Amino acid sequence: MPHRPVYLDHAATSPLSPAAREVILAHLDLVGNPNSLHGPGRAAHRLVEESRERLAVAIGVHPSEILFTSGGTEADNLGLKGTWWASHGRDAHRRGILLTGAEHHAVLDAVEWLVAHEGAHTVQVPLLSDGRVDLGAWESALATHGPTLAVATLMWANNEVGTVQPIQAAAALASRHGVPMHSDAVQALGHVPVELRAPGLSSAAITAHKLGGPVGIGALVLGRDQKPVPLQHGGGHERSLRSGTLDAVGAAAFAAAAQEAMANLEEEARRQTGLRDRLIAGVRAAVPDAVLNGPEPGAMPGSESAPRLPGNAHFTFPGCEGDSVLFMLDMAGIASSTGSACTAGVAGPSHVLMAMGRAEAEARCVQRFSLGATSTLADVDALLAALPAAVAGARAAGLSGVGR
Amino acid sequence: MRVLAAMSGGVDSAVAAARAVEAGHDVVGVHLALSRMPGTLRTGSRGCCTLEDSNDAFRACDTLGIPFYVWDFSERFKADVVDNFVEEYAAGRTPNPCLRCNEKIKFEALLDKAMALGFDAVVTGHYAKVVRDDAGTVSLHRAADWAKDQSYVLGVLREDQLEHCWFPLADTPSKAQVRAEAERRGLSVAAKPDSHDICFIPDGDTRGFLAERMELEPGRIVDQDGQDLGQHPGARAFTVGQRKGLSIGHPAPDGKPRFVLQIRPKENKVVVGPKALLDVDRLHGIRPSFAGPAPAQAAQGSWTEAMVQVRAHGDPVPARVRWVAPTPEEGAEVDQPALEVEAELVSTLAGVAPGQSMVIYIGSRVVGQATISEAHSSAWSPSALADA
Repeated sequence: MPHRPVYLDHAATSPLSPAAREVILAHLDLVGNPNSLHGPGRAAHRLVEESRERLAVAIGVHPSEILFTSGGTEADNLGLKGTWWASHGRDAHRRGILLTGAEHHAVLDAVEWLVAHEGAHTVQVPLLSDGRVDLGAWESALATHGPTLAVATLMWANNEVGTVQPIQAAAALASRHGVPMHSDAVQALGHVPVELRAPGLSSAAITAHKLGGPVGIGALVLGRDQKPVPLQHGGGHERSLRSGTLDAVGAAAFAAAAQEAMANLEEEARRQTGLRDRLIAGVRAAVPDAVLNGPEPGAMPGSESAPRLPGNAHFTFPGCEGDSVLFMLDMAGIASSTGSACTAGVAGPSHVLMAMGRAEAEARCVQRFSLGATSTLADVDALLAALPAAVAGARAAGLSGVGR
Repeated sequence: MRVLAAMSGGVDSAVAAARAVEAGHDVVGVHLALSRMPGTLRTGSRGCCTLEDSNDAFRACDTLGIPFYVWDFSERFKADVVDNFVEEYAAGRTPNPCLRCNEKIKFEALLDKAMALGFDAVVTGHYAKVVRDDAGTVSLHRAADWAKDQSYVLGVLREDQLEHCWFPLADTPSKAQVRAEAERRGLSVAAKPDSHDICFIPDGDTRGFLAERMELEPGRIVDQDGQDLGQHPGARAFTVGQRKGLSIGHPAPDGKPRFVLQIRPKENKVVVGPKALLDVDRLHGIRPSFAGPAPAQAAQGSWTEAMVQVRAHGDPVPARVRWVAPTPEEGAEVDQPALEVEAELVSTLAGVAPGQSMVIYIGSRVVGQATISEAHSSAWSPSALADA
């Protein structure tokens, strides 16, 4: 076994950054409730608001546009359901939801719930083979269904295949047709440049633990003119849209981590892109029939031609069940991901790949390696050393189940 | 050695895994996701109705300090066990799905995958024993605690499968001791109740389960002499030996309850009669397998004194058994003459249905099994009702 686990699952959650860790330790004994009217309360309130301001500066939004939540899933639910209810409440004809099939389950399952319980319906826009939304189809769907759409949603960067979407263009089109748009920016923030208040974008979900912050705090970035219907009611916190005592220490750690990630973004993106491209080339050399899913790596992030997260590499290994490859690598001390698993822990076929037009058999044979701030060349080399045996074992296991 | 502990989430498999760890082996826990929840919102999600069991297995592995995974065999389970269960009933037979699951899932799909991924053996919490002789030859035996013995449902395993099986509970004197051991080891499943039902029919309503999955047409109930007694809702959902659910208006001449003697799926008839006629003393079995090396008698076709058991928790009866080559049918493969089994029972067995397995024991050793194709009573023969 290696001396330390080789962690190639930063897209699931990333290690705490030194800045966030320092802030948490400094404030662990904080007592006050930010809403209390006495001295300790004011101290906690001050920490929350200073963190909100610090985060706002780091991510380029106004402080009042940040609604702290428990994380990305809650922010997606509030942005999506809250906006759907608000739109539908203003105009009963608006029931539609414009989306693609590659959204995170925090969005997909919220949409399915609205369909099942609130009379919503979906308008699905196809994806190009690299996972990007077909903007022409997006526009024509808006032209056809605009007046009946309550909300549009498009994730900024895909958690499985790493595709970065043309959010600005999609939001401008949605706005032109009078449809509010939400974006799940959880995977993008801190990794690629994002304009969270892009014209036409109503709301965006972000979270701390994908960029070096702690698990348990996220935010909905919400335009000041937006008034979604709240999911939870109580003390009227966060513009009366998200009641519940705020996690002051979490907010401070989120701000510190975001500030650090944003300051290092360009350099880290370049470094991780270099590691990732080496990983991709190494995997292709080690497993010649491996298929890279998502955009082909190209120029530096931020340019039009490289819409892929710097730390993301996602492969199909033909004939290898994803959970077998994961198992073999895990036994070798390497943490990777099949991308999706149900609550019982069963690896399922990738709905993202299926939305990209690939067969279910192919969508079962996937493995995601995601790099982050603590990733090193040694991590990549350790993966490349362990991969041939892992794939060979998984392939034998895959074949053993055939034809019986 | 590297062993895979199949973890159901119950106390037996948790203690079996604990013993494997304690014996110094490199153990990994795996829970098998076998059933799919229909109508779930998440497309393609599976295995999620075993959430609680899966979590119990996970917590047991945490306690033991071993890795834990869930492997999805729901497609294989549906095809090889559930669909087969329905098909067998549709053909008028009574299958044992647990035996089938051991044959096709636990000790085939799981074992094959484990071997491919570098394991040396699969450990389960079954109460049975694999004995390895000085020459390294393996054979299957009953557990020390005959009351808990599960060798019947493992009787279908072959030598090549048994070579990679390990049942650490084999010599445990009692289930109570296993529970006490679980308690002592801090396993949270120590007091978890045993499971009894067919796992994919959690409410125990086998007839309801079958009725949803096969076309049932009303047909006639006749007695052992062919006399019409009334109507049934569909012959294929009945089982030999069944008493309930036969709504026959008038009582038997002797006033005693009547039981299902035979299912005749082609005529959609259910034959009923008095309990005494359920007793059979001759069994014919097809597709035999051997849980270890085949005995010399199998090749010779000579009679062997043995014990025969026809259900998981039924008493074994003394019998003489022989393996015979059947008269080849036209078109049958001649190069592989499949053996069949004849068993003459010294004392009778009640309510034996085609489709059940007869497991053959010599002493504590499981010789093998065969699928019962015919059961004969010296008091009454189904041929009395030969198709007209």
